[in-house]
Amino acid sequence: MAQHINKKARFHSLTANRLLDGEPVYLTGDNGWSEVLTDAVIADGKDEGAKLMDIAVQAVKDRHIVNPYLFDVDVDGDTPKPISVREQIRATGPTVRLDLGKQAS
Amino acid sequence: MYRYDEFDHTIVKERVTEFTGQVKRRLAGELTEDEFKPLRLMNGLYLQLHAYMLRVAIPYGTLSGTQMRMLAHVARKYDKGYGHFTTRQNIQYNWPKLKDVPDILADLATVEMHAIQTSGNCIRNVTSDQYAGVAAGEIDDPRVWAEILRQWSTFHPEYTFLPRKFKIAVTGHSNDRAAIKMHDVGIIIVEGENGEPAFDIYAGGGQGRTPMVAHLVGEKIAARDLLHFMDAIMRVYNMHGRRDNLYKARIKILVHALGAEEFARQVKEEFAKGGAGDDLKLPDGEIERIRAYFAPPAYETLTDSDADYEKALAEDKAFAQWARTNLADHKVPGYAIVNVSLKPIGGIAGDASDAQMDAVADLAETFSFDEVRVTHEQNLTLPDVKKSDLYEVWKRLDAALLATPNIGLISDMIVCPGLDYCDLANARSISIGQMISERFADLDKEHDIGELKVKISGCINACGHHHVGHIGILGVDKKGVEFYQVTLGGSADENAAVGDIVGPAFTEEQIVGAIETIVETFVANRRDGEIFLDTYRRIGIDPFKETLYAAA
Repeated sequence: MAQHINKKARFHSLTANRLLDGEPVYLTGDNGWSEVLTDAVIADGKDEGAKLMDIAVQAVKDRHIVNPYLFDVDVDGDTPKPISVREQIRATGPTVRLDLGKQAS
Repeated sequence: MYRYDEFDHTIVKERVTEFTGQVKRRLAGELTEDEFKPLRLMNGLYLQLHAYMLRVAIPYGTLSGTQMRMLAHVARKYDKGYGHFTTRQNIQYNWPKLKDVPDILADLATVEMHAIQTSGNCIRNVTSDQYAGVAAGEIDDPRVWAEILRQWSTFHPEYTFLPRKFKIAVTGHSNDRAAIKMHDVGIIIVEGENGEPAFDIYAGGGQGRTPMVAHLVGEKIAARDLLHFMDAIMRVYNMHGRRDNLYKARIKILVHALGAEEFARQVKEEFAKGGAGDDLKLPDGEIERIRAYFAPPAYETLTDSDADYEKALAEDKAFAQWARTNLADHKVPGYAIVNVSLKPIGGIAGDASDAQMDAVADLAETFSFDEVRVTHEQNLTLPDVKKSDLYEVWKRLDAALLATPNIGLISDMIVCPGLDYCDLANARSISIGQMISERFADLDKEHDIGELKVKISGCINACGHHHVGHIGILGVDKKGVEFYQVTLGGSADENAAVGDIVGPAFTEEQIVGAIETIVETFVANRRDGEIFLDTYRRIGIDPFKETLYAAA
């Protein structure tokens, strides 16, 4: 799997694709899954990130999601903001079709 | 066109049933994702950034109106109203739901379509010349041989788990429109003994992170030995190709490591062993049986010039502009090959809406003997249009926003989906293509620049063929920020070449200006009649480096 976190980065959130339709989803603070990135829980440091991944591994077993991974975020108050262009695009939709993806709804 | 026989129908139906069961078991938890992933990939189903992506095969890029209508139906019913035509002459849907995929495959099977050989480490959908069977000067119709290769390679047990994916292209013309030298195996039909077709076979070409031009490994291979010779190549590759390193597993690495001469010697040795002996020789009856499917349609006897067509050319400037770029010579007098551009100015290269697909299906049925071709440059072709129908065809294409007059010009780019859709991409491609297209939107300017092939990839896997662009653009990621590296002088035709890197990469803001500087440098240096590639080959890379980086 591609690496989506920088060793030096402190804050991470966890994303995956929903099994049924591939929709990008984010792990929330109550161990649920949201389609909205700003709902994502923020892990401060490696250990908290590993705990999120444990929850995700179980969700894979439960057939809710596939392909979970941690990605770097900046923290704006309580809200995570993705650092990479890739995660910004995943969180919104194709930049060339603003009528499609999450940004359309 | 080829029609399925009972075997084709059976294997496609059985595959739909099999995959339907696999999806059911996955959703019921009987298969893990690790177990399911190779199975879905064998059925063209990927997981991308926003959703699953389904790639549907269009063997050698040939399809009927009914099949095109089915592609429109899938876009409408199961996706978001459009599809994306690819450099392997296939179509991709960007938003299917896993639970719907069995139904999509069942619908496709009703019109002899499927997603087999569109993914995985097998022999992929064989590609060919979009002008197959209709271009003047063709030695033989490559669709005949592409179909024979399809039948041989589909579910071939020996070639289902190759070290890596394997791509074959066939052309019957000395003007290579199928990029055969950039394939794992590229086949050119040549004249053999007694007027029979024979094959010059090239191996070891490819793009990706290690671009290489293929080498001639078999000269004038007799028609009936085609599969026998292909088996020899596949066996040498299957035996010695590297399975320990994903990046060294393609046949090009083996050909390079052994040297083309040694590779060819081993293939000839394998060929001489006979393999399955006479079983591998193609029976004449079988060749003729397949050939009959591709018999020319019932052309009318016409004069080559048509008064109504000439009149429309003289009176309608927009039609004349389109005719100048989007038509190609047909082998039969009074007919033309119509290229349908999927590159509207500022649009998304290769995308077509369901309504556009239906419009092309209508045109094929009414005006082109019910046949459409997909080109590896992400356009469509109506191969058999009477000159007297061209004005009407153009008007209908124009109404469907499919008449952009830019085939072969700078705005007719190959562009991969890039970071807007693709899980592997490092940078966006489509938006760069759109900006370049808009910058050069002035048609007179485009014509003045002449033939210029720009190709854009969003990562080193090179799905956008940047290595063989006259101007190639490769998106790279530098600490989460998109940059664009430029190569010059690549070509995918009969004089195939890999482009040269011009210098340090450009930012998203700089790249379009850089392309403009490159074009201006060409215009300042060109001699009469030269296209970009001619000038580049004559003057080399230095003048371009100077103008691009002098100010820095």
